[in-house]
Amino acid sequence: MIELIQEYGPAYLYSDGAGLSGLAMTLWLFIVTMVVGFLLSLPLALARVSRTLWLRWPVEVYTFVFRGTPLYIQLLICYTGLYGLEVVRDNAMLDQFFRNALNCTLLAFVLNTCAYTVEIFAGAIRNIPHGEIEAAQAYGLHGWRLNLFVILPAALRRSLPAYSNELILMLHATSLAFTATIADILKVARDANAATFLTFQAFGIAALLYMLLSFALVGGFRLAERRWMRFLVPARG
Amino acid sequence: MNNFFQSTGLHALSLQGFGPLLLQGTWMTVKLALLSLALSLALGLLGASAKLSRLRVLRVPATLYTTLIRSVPDLVLILLIFYTLQLWLNDLTELLGWDYFEIDPFTAGVITLGFIYGAYFTENFRGAILSVPAGQLEAATAYGLNRIQRFRLVLFPQLMRFALPGLGNNWLVLLKSTALVSIIGLADLVKAAQNAGKTTNNTLYFLIIAGLVYLLITTLSNRLFKHLERRYNTGIKELAR
Repeated sequence: MIELIQEYGPAYLYSDGAGLSGLAMTLWLFIVTMVVGFLLSLPLALARVSRTLWLRWPVEVYTFVFRGTPLYIQLLICYTGLYGLEVVRDNAMLDQFFRNALNCTLLAFVLNTCAYTVEIFAGAIRNIPHGEIEAAQAYGLHGWRLNLFVILPAALRRSLPAYSNELILMLHATSLAFTATIADILKVARDANAATFLTFQAFGIAALLYMLLSFALVGGFRLAERRWMRFLVPARG
Repeated sequence: MNNFFQSTGLHALSLQGFGPLLLQGTWMTVKLALLSLALSLALGLLGASAKLSRLRVLRVPATLYTTLIRSVPDLVLILLIFYTLQLWLNDLTELLGWDYFEIDPFTAGVITLGFIYGAYFTENFRGAILSVPAGQLEAATAYGLNRIQRFRLVLFPQLMRFALPGLGNNWLVLLKSTALVSIIGLADLVKAAQNAGKTTNNTLYFLIIAGLVYLLITTLSNRLFKHLERRYNTGIKELAR
C-alpha cells in the first residue's frame, strides 16, 4: 500500500510525468465541461420555453436524444465514430479537432451535461411565479433585458438543488474519460492496478479521491443555497 | 433485406449481417438492466426500512452504504467491485474449504449494478415512505393490521405514488449505466455495436443504431412510468394547470 502511494501518488494527484493526470486532469475535465455546458445551456433553456416552434423544437429534440442515450455511446461516437468519416478527415480544422482525444471527450461531456442542464433550467423558468415576471414587465423590462435581469437570475437560484445533483453526476461521469485514453483518476488507478495487482487499494484510492471531490461539491452547493435561496426559506419567529 | 439495400445502392445502410449480433446485445442489455433493477429495488426497500429504523445498528450501516456508494462514480465502483469480488470470493472459499469457483461477468455485472443502484433506490424509497402521512399508519395499526398487512395494504400503495417519479429517473440512469459493463467485457449492445463497427469499418453507423435502440427503450419506459403514475394516482385530485 505504501509503495503504491509512493510510486503512484503524484500520478493520482497531478502529474504522471507525461502531463496533467489524476485529480488535476479530472478537475480540468470537470471545470471545462461545467463552464461551457452552463454557458451553452442558458440560451438553449430560453429557447426551450420559447413560444416560437422553430426555436423550441430543435432544442427539444436535442435534449431528448442526449438524455435518452448513454454518455458512453456519445463519447464513442465523438471519439471513434466521427473520425471514421472522410468528411471529417479531409477537413483540416475538423481533422485537427477530432484527432485530439481530449477535445473529443470534452465535446461529448459538454453536449451531454448541457442537455440535462437545459431541462433543469427550463423547468425552473416555467416554475417562476407569474407575478415576478408581470412585475418586471410593469417596470418596463422587455425582451433580452427581462430575460437577463429577471428570468434567468430567478430561475438559476431556484434550480440550484437540481443543478448541484447534475454537477455531481457529471463529476462522476468524467471517470469515463479513461476509455478515450485521457489520464484521469481512474486511468491512473487502472495503470496502478495493472502494474502492482493491488486491485482493491488501487481502485480504492480512486474511489476515495472521487468521494472527496463529491463531498467538496456538496458542501459548496450547500453554502451557495444558503446564500442565494434564502428568500425562499419561510421566515421564522 | 440485404438484397433490397444492394439493389437500391444503400448497402452501407443495411445491418450487413450483424442484425442477430445486435439483437443478442440488446437482449443482454435488457436482461442485465432488469435483473439489476430487481436486485436494487429489493436492496432499496431493505435499505430504506433500515435507515428509518429505530435501531442504531441498522441505521448507521444503511446511512454509510448510501453516502459512500452515492459519492463514488458508478464506473469506479463497477471496476472496483468486479475485480475484487473474485479475489474476495477466492479468500472466502479457501477459508471455508469449498471448491474454487469463478464468478461469470454477467452475475458480477448484475450484483455490482444492483448493489450500486440499491443505494439510490434506498434514498428514493426513504423519501417516499416519509411522504406518506403518519396518520395512515396509525389508522392501520388501530385497525389491528400486522406489520406485513400494514406494509402491503396501506404503506406500499401510497408510497409508490411518491416514489414513482424518482424510480423512473433511477431506472433510466441504471439502464444507461449498463452500457458501462461492456468495459468489463460483457457482450452487451455497446460491445456488439463496437464489434460490428470494427469489422465493417463503419463504427459511426453501428454506434448510432445502438443509440437508437437505447432511445427506443428509454422512450418506452417513459410511457410505462407515465401509465403507472396515473394508476397509483387514482383517487388523487390532479393540480389544475
